[in-house]
Amino acid sequence: MTAYASTRLAARSRTGAPTVRRVRRHARTRSTTVCLGLVVALVVVAGAGLTLGDYPLPLGQLVATLAGHGSTASSFIVLDLRLPRVLTGLLVGVCFGLSGTMFQNLLRNPLASPDIIGISYGASAGGVLAILLLGWTGMAVSGAALSGALVSAGLIYALAWRGGLSGYRFVLVGVGVSALMLAVVEYLMTRADVYEASAALVWLTGSLNGSSTTQLHPLAVACLVLVPLTLLTGRALLVLQLGDDVAASVGLRVEVARLAAIALAVLLAAVATAAAGPVGFVAFVAGPVARRLTRGSGPSLVPAALVGALVVVLSDVLGQHLLPVELPVGVVTAAVGAPYLLFLLVRSNRAGVGG
Amino acid sequence: MVLTTTPTAARRAPEQASLRGRITPVLLLAAGAVVLLSLASLAIGARSVPLSTVLQALTQYDPSDTDQLVVITSRLPRTVLGLLVGAALGLAGCAMQGVTRNPLADPGILGVNGGASLAIVLGISVFGVTTTAGYVWFAFAGAAVASVLVYSVAALGREGATPVKLALAGAALTAFFGAFTTALLLGDRQTFDQFRFWQVGSLNGRDLGVTASVLPSLLVGGLLALVLGRGLNTLALGDDVARGLGARVGLIRAGTAVAVVLLCGSATAAAGPVGFVGLTIPHVARALVGTDYRRLLPTSMLLGPILLLAADVVGRVIARPAEVQVAIVTALLGAPVFVVLVRRHRLAGL
Repeated sequence: MTAYASTRLAARSRTGAPTVRRVRRHARTRSTTVCLGLVVALVVVAGAGLTLGDYPLPLGQLVATLAGHGSTASSFIVLDLRLPRVLTGLLVGVCFGLSGTMFQNLLRNPLASPDIIGISYGASAGGVLAILLLGWTGMAVSGAALSGALVSAGLIYALAWRGGLSGYRFVLVGVGVSALMLAVVEYLMTRADVYEASAALVWLTGSLNGSSTTQLHPLAVACLVLVPLTLLTGRALLVLQLGDDVAASVGLRVEVARLAAIALAVLLAAVATAAAGPVGFVAFVAGPVARRLTRGSGPSLVPAALVGALVVVLSDVLGQHLLPVELPVGVVTAAVGAPYLLFLLVRSNRAGVGG
Repeated sequence: MVLTTTPTAARRAPEQASLRGRITPVLLLAAGAVVLLSLASLAIGARSVPLSTVLQALTQYDPSDTDQLVVITSRLPRTVLGLLVGAALGLAGCAMQGVTRNPLADPGILGVNGGASLAIVLGISVFGVTTTAGYVWFAFAGAAVASVLVYSVAALGREGATPVKLALAGAALTAFFGAFTTALLLGDRQTFDQFRFWQVGSLNGRDLGVTASVLPSLLVGGLLALVLGRGLNTLALGDDVARGLGARVGLIRAGTAVAVVLLCGSATAAAGPVGFVGLTIPHVARALVGTDYRRLLPTSMLLGPILLLAADVVGRVIARPAEVQVAIVTALLGAPVFVVLVRRHRLAGL
């Protein structure tokens, strides 16, 4: 028995290294395939978003317009109206997807996305305050939302800190802060007249209706800075998943790495909310969906970003063209995301990783 | 093992005895505070009324005096509603914390209010309901669905409904219900205008008819909750021990659920969602009279109106002549309490 076991052990350790290498290579190939598939889907959906509308464009004309050889009308419609909207949706999705999957990995809880733990509600409070109380519009609202998200994230971090940060305390304090921010939003909604409050409600749902080139530029610049930085933290995230002690013993400065990762995740969520309002559930579903597709165990950042982008762009196209009335993107993502959330709650609790 | 438990047990026995001795004075003091705050709630507001006029209005009402008219027609219904809603929320929070064995249970945090909100929006927009008597049934249905859903989702898995799982399930369900509520409101400006004022819990503008329509369900729910004390005590020992002692665990759970739904549903239908009263009050009560639910439940019932009336009076004063709704004030007071509870080391034990 023992002899048999030891031979097997020896056999396994001999074949160990190549097996590990094969499994890793297999996972990497799968992840690459998934990413390529997502990019193709994204191109198709974005193409649909550019051609469909009150003024449908045939594909050939669309390509010509994008290459700069279109008529005045088609260039205006594609380049000034539809392209900014599709690109804003894409970037917003990338930000939400990355932010959500980072929170879920950092706090080691599949339900801990910025929608649930108070970051989005902070942004909502800031945005609604700007719209209703100060009468701001456009970029100023985005700025207020950004500050709201940062303030609530700072509040959660400070209140959850107690000689260190624990995932569950961060999550619970976040739930408390989000209740507080929600109270602020609801209070402001009763103070305004019904037309302004309706406008604020559309913003609160998350909408790409107001996308324009002027709004796209700051978002693009923020993404250009934040996304590469986030991808760089991927390795640290992987190590942090092993637990603080193991992470420290392999030479990671745990608190610094975690603070940096949280800061990036908060900034990503804040920038996206500033651009399109708190589009619900995108941050929440991107990570788990990406992980199911790649069947990986680590934080699959690139697939999550692509899933986020696909969800937002697809939901916007569906919201614009599926029903006779035009729906803001947030309603569609909620309709898709909320059932998935319930499913995920049930699954993660059954597996014992819900908290 | 014996060495470590004996001193604690020895220390706890006199402590429990002294807490038991404290129950009567605590209840008397609380009742006194309720009376004083009721008077304050009748006297203070955009128009200050002297206390003598308030007493006069209560004893020999003279409708030609404007001060007395304000007291009787506007502030009296408001104060009565505040008393009832406060008692209901205190009691419901206490029963909820008992049955979930969870210090963070609160109708707001656990998504019960969110469920009631969604049901009421459905009632207004789809079924054209406009009266509180009509809201109540929708609020019950929504509260019932939400509490069953949140508990059954959070209780899945080996370790049962832990604080984190319950809070997350509640927050997730709140987001879920909120998304649908918003979607319904977006296309319907009229419903939105009606709903946004209900959405923020407030005692303002609810006449005695509103109170009368929720009174029966409040009474039934309250009585049911008050007789559950012994059962909740047994449940606090854990399901297995409780079963071993001959308690019918399922029955206690179901009874508590019915009581919580009746209390939260009626309170929410009458005043709108008011959070954090159910969270905060049981903890204050526990500090005053100990952990026995037979004493905790009545104490919470008396402390609830104190917080709610005080919050309502504060809301009338801080933004004069405008008002801050009572739910905003309780959220501002209650959220810090929630954070303090979370920061405590031992969260799980109740």
